[in-house]
Amino acid sequence: MWFLSGEPNQTTIQKAVDAFGSSNPDNKIAVTYFQNDAYKTKIKTAIGAGQAPTIVYGWGGGTLKTYAEANQVEDLTSWFEANPDLKNKFFPASFGAATVNGKIYALPNQYVAPVVLFYNKELFEKAGVQPPKTWDDVMSLVKIFNDMGVAPFSLGGQSRWTSMMWLEYLLDRIGGAEVFKAIFEGKPNAWMDPAVIETGTKIQELVSADGFIKGFSSITADSKADQALLFTGKAAMLLQGSWTYGPMKKEGQNFVQDGKLGFVAFPTVAGGKGDPKNGVGNPAQYMSISAKATDKEKETAKKFFKDGILTDTVIDAYINSGSVPIVNGIEGKLATSPDKDFLNFVYDLAKNAPNFQQSWDQALSPTAAEALLNNIDQLFLKSITPQQFAENMNATLGK
Amino acid sequence: MSSTTTHRAATAPRKIEQIGQQKSALAWLTVPALIFFVVFALAPLVGVLVLSFANWDGIGAIGAAGLENWSSVLTDPGLYNALGLTFLIMIVSWLVQTPISLLLGVFTAGTQRYRAALAVLYFLPLLLSSAAVAIAYKALLDPNFGLAMGLGLPFLAQDWLGVPQLALGLVIFVIAWQFVPFHTLIYQGGVRQIPKSLYEAAQIDGAGIIKQFFHITLPQLKYTIITSSTLMVVGSLTYFDLIFVLTGGGPGNSTRILALDMYLRGFRANLMGPASVIAVILVVIGLVLALFLQRLGGKDKQGSQLEGL
Repeated sequence: MWFLSGEPNQTTIQKAVDAFGSSNPDNKIAVTYFQNDAYKTKIKTAIGAGQAPTIVYGWGGGTLKTYAEANQVEDLTSWFEANPDLKNKFFPASFGAATVNGKIYALPNQYVAPVVLFYNKELFEKAGVQPPKTWDDVMSLVKIFNDMGVAPFSLGGQSRWTSMMWLEYLLDRIGGAEVFKAIFEGKPNAWMDPAVIETGTKIQELVSADGFIKGFSSITADSKADQALLFTGKAAMLLQGSWTYGPMKKEGQNFVQDGKLGFVAFPTVAGGKGDPKNGVGNPAQYMSISAKATDKEKETAKKFFKDGILTDTVIDAYINSGSVPIVNGIEGKLATSPDKDFLNFVYDLAKNAPNFQQSWDQALSPTAAEALLNNIDQLFLKSITPQQFAENMNATLGK
Repeated sequence: MSSTTTHRAATAPRKIEQIGQQKSALAWLTVPALIFFVVFALAPLVGVLVLSFANWDGIGAIGAAGLENWSSVLTDPGLYNALGLTFLIMIVSWLVQTPISLLLGVFTAGTQRYRAALAVLYFLPLLLSSAAVAIAYKALLDPNFGLAMGLGLPFLAQDWLGVPQLALGLVIFVIAWQFVPFHTLIYQGGVRQIPKSLYEAAQIDGAGIIKQFFHITLPQLKYTIITSSTLMVVGSLTYFDLIFVLTGGGPGNSTRILALDMYLRGFRANLMGPASVIAVILVVIGLVLALFLQRLGGKDKQGSQLEGL
């Protein structure tokens, strides 16, 4: 099995695998860890070469679809039917991105990770301002923080999917969930929606107003520099996945423990059609079983899926690191956690969202996703106009 | 010399008998090299050529695509951007690296002890892997947590890797930093091969150090310069690891050179067909450049520069 490196999840998974190994000494699982961005490339190459690990970790959606259509991953539909207890253990919404053409190809696991707007409470108190509720608030905060000599927003722009989160939320707030739904379904000219152009325009206005920290386009999210900028007080706000809460708690020198980390939902846009309760992010992470694995390996993997991957110990570990596992009936556990404010916020956001949009780069096919990330990079650099962005993306529909 | 000549004369009759056998034996000796060449160079090359006419996402089945990949890549402005950047980096790198490594090579060829000590320092970057170099530079140049802020030198805190022109310049600088030591080594060897008698004769004729450099060192280094330039120019087509780690082709597409473009198309966007088209283009450019540089050396390759010595 391959998994992503980085704490606190690496320890959690290693413990789960070790526990599974000691109770199943004949069917141990070996884990190798990779950095996020490197993993995404490596797993594709390995699957193409028929050298995939037995358990294929991923984010579901468009990438899983290419695997499923090439018969590289096992169809788990009947297995889930045979194990209804397991299926009912998870949030129902988490199965959406695991399903391709009506069949389930992956086990949802880990946690739900909406993208939220984090802010540094200390800096907000110093400036005497409130976190933004509307886009107009955002633009006025940008001016206030720049005058204070603090960057308004931290952003790991070289990773590109970080910039994408801004577009995901903005497009949803401006045009509603239907705009991306049409894009996802490959409807003709879906990217040419006026909401896309308005989203691009708003982003470029924010860039022009120095909304993002100096050098954002050379900062990577893998190095967690974007988080460090927030907790060291160099930037006031950060739009990131809820999974950054754990690392910030661990590495932020009591920034989180002292209650200096604030979090709110993404602001609304005046005249926008989107429901302000809508969320974007990862509905879950996913694990599939390679079709190339031997029967014995497949059995071990299924046993691990059933008994080893979301045990009570693992669930507690996720909650302790500030994440909301995707299992039903955890309200009680969340309420007693020292991180209950954040956990309840994430839980409510995920549960109450009328539409929870999966990250675009995971939902779309790898070909369209790469074009998307490349164009987003150029949009943030202002080397293309919003109109060109829409046209370039429109050419990728159906690819 | 004299001992080998007598040895040769003595064994001459036996040699004639053996020539036939030796020739076939020599041919057999090339087999391992030939196998490696076919398996690791020719076969992939043919594979890439075939793939450039195919549809493949790297995971599923391979299907025929005809000329579709070629027409889509050749009409893509991204290709010309990548080509332009590749040649720009190649030319500027050559212009920057050649004089520096030539001068450093001449300097370190001296036998003074302090020069030997300095040479060791100059060669240090050669020991580091490209990825390590890139990660180190990335950390040093970080505008918020990097060297400039650490030392309190705000004028150094430019957004080195975030502004297209700066990023391109920086890439060229880091490439030079990494590869100048290697070429210095080549020039050092070249300079040490030049017979002392040439310099002694020049000194007697009253030529100063600068005249000696331009009239003896440079002409004598002709083939060294060609070798080093070939390595530099053809090597610059394959710069990948350093740029990939340093900028990932960004910001935007401002450092997305051909080799990187090929990788991103193939392994990120799952478009193995178009990526193969770019691979074929890279091979052709590399071959043409290598041949051209060899021609620069003149047709008479066997000619000696030490004639009359």
